[in-house]
Amino acid sequence: MDAESLLLSLELASGSGQGLSPDRRASLLTSLTLVKRDYRYDRVLFWGRILGLVADYYIAQGLSEDQLAPRKTLYRGRGRKLGNQDPGDVVGSLNCMEWSLLPPATEEMVVQTSVLKGRFMGDPSHEYEHTELQKMSEGEKVFEEEVVVQIKEETRLVSVIDQIDKAVAVIPRGALFKTPFGPIHVNRTFEGLSLSEAKKLSSYFHFKEPVELKNKTLLEKADLDPSLDFMDPLEHDIPKGSWSIQMERGNALVVLRSLLWPGLTFFHAPRTKNYGYIYVGTGEKNIDLPFML
Amino acid sequence: MEDLTSPKQDKKNQELGEARRPWEEIAASSQDPKSGLSEPLEPEQWLETGPQPRSGPPQSPQSRASPPLDDVTGPGAPSPPSPAPEASFIPSTLALARQQLAAPWQSDRTTDVNPKAETPHSHRLEQSSDQGKSTAPQTCQSEGDIFQQSQQTERHLYGPEDVSNNNSKQKELRFNIFQEEDSNSNYELDHTESGVSEGAPSPLEIAIQSAKAYLLKTSSKSGLNLYDHLSDMLTKVLDERPENAVDIIESISQDVKMAHFRKKLDTLQNENEMLPIYETAEKQKALFLQGNLEGVDQELEDEIAENSLPNVMESAFYFEQAGVGLGTDETYRIFLALKQLTDTHPIQRCRFWGKILGLEMNYIVAEVEFREGEDEEDVEDEDVTEERDDGDSDAEENDEDELPRTFYKTPQVIPKEENRTGANKYVYFVCNEPGGTWVKLPPVTPAQIVTARKIKKFFTGRLETPIVSYPPFPGNESNYLRAQIARISAGTHVSPLGFYQFGEEEGEEEEEVEGRRDSFEENPDFEGIQVIDLVESLSNWVHHVQHILPQGRCNWFNPIQKSEEEEEEEDEEKEEEKEEPEYMEQEVGPPLLTPISEDLEIQNMPPWTTRLSSTLIPQYAIAILRSNLWPGAYAFSNGKKFENFYIGWGHKYSPDNYTPPALPPVYQEYPSGAEITEMDDPSVEEEQAFRAAREAAALPVEEMGETEEDEDEDDDSDQE
Repeated sequence: MDAESLLLSLELASGSGQGLSPDRRASLLTSLTLVKRDYRYDRVLFWGRILGLVADYYIAQGLSEDQLAPRKTLYRGRGRKLGNQDPGDVVGSLNCMEWSLLPPATEEMVVQTSVLKGRFMGDPSHEYEHTELQKMSEGEKVFEEEVVVQIKEETRLVSVIDQIDKAVAVIPRGALFKTPFGPIHVNRTFEGLSLSEAKKLSSYFHFKEPVELKNKTLLEKADLDPSLDFMDPLEHDIPKGSWSIQMERGNALVVLRSLLWPGLTFFHAPRTKNYGYIYVGTGEKNIDLPFML
Repeated sequence: MEDLTSPKQDKKNQELGEARRPWEEIAASSQDPKSGLSEPLEPEQWLETGPQPRSGPPQSPQSRASPPLDDVTGPGAPSPPSPAPEASFIPSTLALARQQLAAPWQSDRTTDVNPKAETPHSHRLEQSSDQGKSTAPQTCQSEGDIFQQSQQTERHLYGPEDVSNNNSKQKELRFNIFQEEDSNSNYELDHTESGVSEGAPSPLEIAIQSAKAYLLKTSSKSGLNLYDHLSDMLTKVLDERPENAVDIIESISQDVKMAHFRKKLDTLQNENEMLPIYETAEKQKALFLQGNLEGVDQELEDEIAENSLPNVMESAFYFEQAGVGLGTDETYRIFLALKQLTDTHPIQRCRFWGKILGLEMNYIVAEVEFREGEDEEDVEDEDVTEERDDGDSDAEENDEDELPRTFYKTPQVIPKEENRTGANKYVYFVCNEPGGTWVKLPPVTPAQIVTARKIKKFFTGRLETPIVSYPPFPGNESNYLRAQIARISAGTHVSPLGFYQFGEEEGEEEEEVEGRRDSFEENPDFEGIQVIDLVESLSNWVHHVQHILPQGRCNWFNPIQKSEEEEEEEDEEKEEEKEEPEYMEQEVGPPLLTPISEDLEIQNMPPWTTRLSSTLIPQYAIAILRSNLWPGAYAFSNGKKFENFYIGWGHKYSPDNYTPPALPPVYQEYPSGAEITEMDDPSVEEEQAFRAAREAAALPVEEMGETEEDEDEDDDSDQE
């Protein structure tokens, strides 16, 4: 959700139950404006919160002028504890307002961290140990040896955020438009989806580079408006039914919740410009989804 | 732009003239327009790019950057979506404005406001026509020179700001330029007089009229005409003054078009779409209405005295400190809905349990304790039907004889716990949204809990949905919901140590024998625990809901006792075939009020996470407990007060994948014996061998028989 409309957005997304406490809200408002100034971002989005066992991560993303360019991700943890190790005791944490930049995600990272299961700890320097069987060959002998691989939690954080973004970041149709020269801009004349459009999954797009667009038949492409329909719609997500679309407050608010990554909530008030998504959850994929539907 | 009056004027001409004026003023304040030029230009283009300095470089995507010849010649040709005739029209208007624009710029130059007559005018135009005819690109400077004079003349023309006077002249000029340019090319606009001839009526006027007539032509599809559309659009732009208007000009055009249609379909659209909003608002309005006004004072007092309603807003405030909550107005509506619930039902105590999210709708759950003796009993059909089934199967077996008896006995149905005890201690009401009707959930049976532990399904939001799963769930969604609520309550309802204490009862020893203490009461001497202590040590929190045994109940039910009773009624044959163990171990769970530090870890993960709500102001912070086993379960305490809450999907956390339970092995249905066991038919060789062996065996028998007879005879003979 946009940092500029943080309060309103939090209010609209509150139907899922997880939000921010007043002190966090206040600190976020100030720190995000500072981030915007320091890093010279065009827009700063508050991405959400990943709940860890010991501490939580607050994640923000910065966008440059081109909305679909790779986003820079920042996180804010609890900071190092100087002294007591008690959970929740923040004596000595000086980093409440500071954001750290995360490295961009690579394929390798995603593969490496896919073996990790369980909750996040909350400490970015925590290392997970994972034993792998690696084939080592010495001369002519080939034997398997157990190798303990250490993976940092920061890497895991990066890959999880990237996965969530690629899988379930949502934007309504018409909010961005593509110019013939390539860059994607915010559509200033976007006045919100109409009510009938808002109830359909096809009017929401994944907020990432399109993957399936090229596979569409020419017939389908003929109906698309190239300046607006340049991203993949949610309609054909696998598994089908992995989005829960609900109207709250009568028809005044559309809420999409992802079932694949539980905790992701997208909200939009039809006929207005308010929309946004936030992830508050444990950062784990719901692999049991097919059983649960 | 105060000099712009109402856009709706009779004379479109005037409108256009006025429209031009602000551009002139805008342009005057902008940078040197010539610097904006970049292309080899026809005069049109140069003029065209002039008045747009505020909109950035002339290379705006929708700009008419293509050579004006193209614009003018092929109305359908240019790629920009704007209609071409518009493009050609606008350059001409812009042309005029451009000239005005250049005029102030020219002010340092010779302000020779010589009222040049038509002749120099035409001279100039001929010159420009020369240019137009020549396809060689013109440089800016040369054009500038040529047009200086023309601008000065125009300046003079425009000087007195007498629009009406100037209009005809403007148009003359414009269309002249038009004509000159297009003399080379095909031009759809009707200009029969291509040459510059000055007959009467002047070709210019005819050209104007024909152009205007063209623009006023109504579209066969939409009923609009270009002229009106352009004027509406320009009006809108000038009224709203958006930034970088040229970038969004297409959208503005679309909006103007839509505005025409919107009025006609207004009523229909609004009705369909707005109806649900109004309905919900109506429902919620009912919440806000006070009860009937008879005997208000009396009722108020009664209400205040017997308040069974919890202070939801206060709990919500504390939970908000934890970052958990539904938003203030939503919570208030729930508060009112709870009040409605307590008003309509005889409720002793009521609590907002939480919210369970579903696919289509969500559930708001209230935990309720009825007043003594006012339980609403639903007729339980389940047990009755079970018995009937057993009876039927017995009857069948007796009818048909000699069927192999099955070993299978339907497992003993473990009866559900009585209301007000164990898992059915509280009654739960749900509604889909505040203002909706509250529906009571049926009491939970152990079978349902046992099965609910093995499946994992999303809730849809409708209580009658069947649950399709393996193992088959005995019930529909309302039962599943109730079972999950029971499990969540048993797993995550905690309170600070000492808040509740066991009641002092006389029969304590008996209770120990049964292994359970299932009643507790509030401790009046509770003095509170420091928040820091609550956060640091999990042993300061205790469960105050009974743990549910693997059997599905809180109090152990021994199924063997009952089956012994039934045995006497059954046939003796069945008795012999009973395979149930004589003794079943009593299932034991942690007793009530155990501290949560005793909770099992989940794969080296602590089952609870504690936090202080605020790190910056610790003296007023509260302790927050978050369950890792049931994500979404929260508890807070500020030392004296505490509350539990759940918001989530209603499922337990497991780091491993869910695997549905395997099917049981195929059951042996009957004793195996020689008659039923399958055997292969003997092959031919085997049969022959068998026959041979039998014959071989028969021979010695016969021989034996003969020898025995002989022996007998011998014996007999011997004996004689």
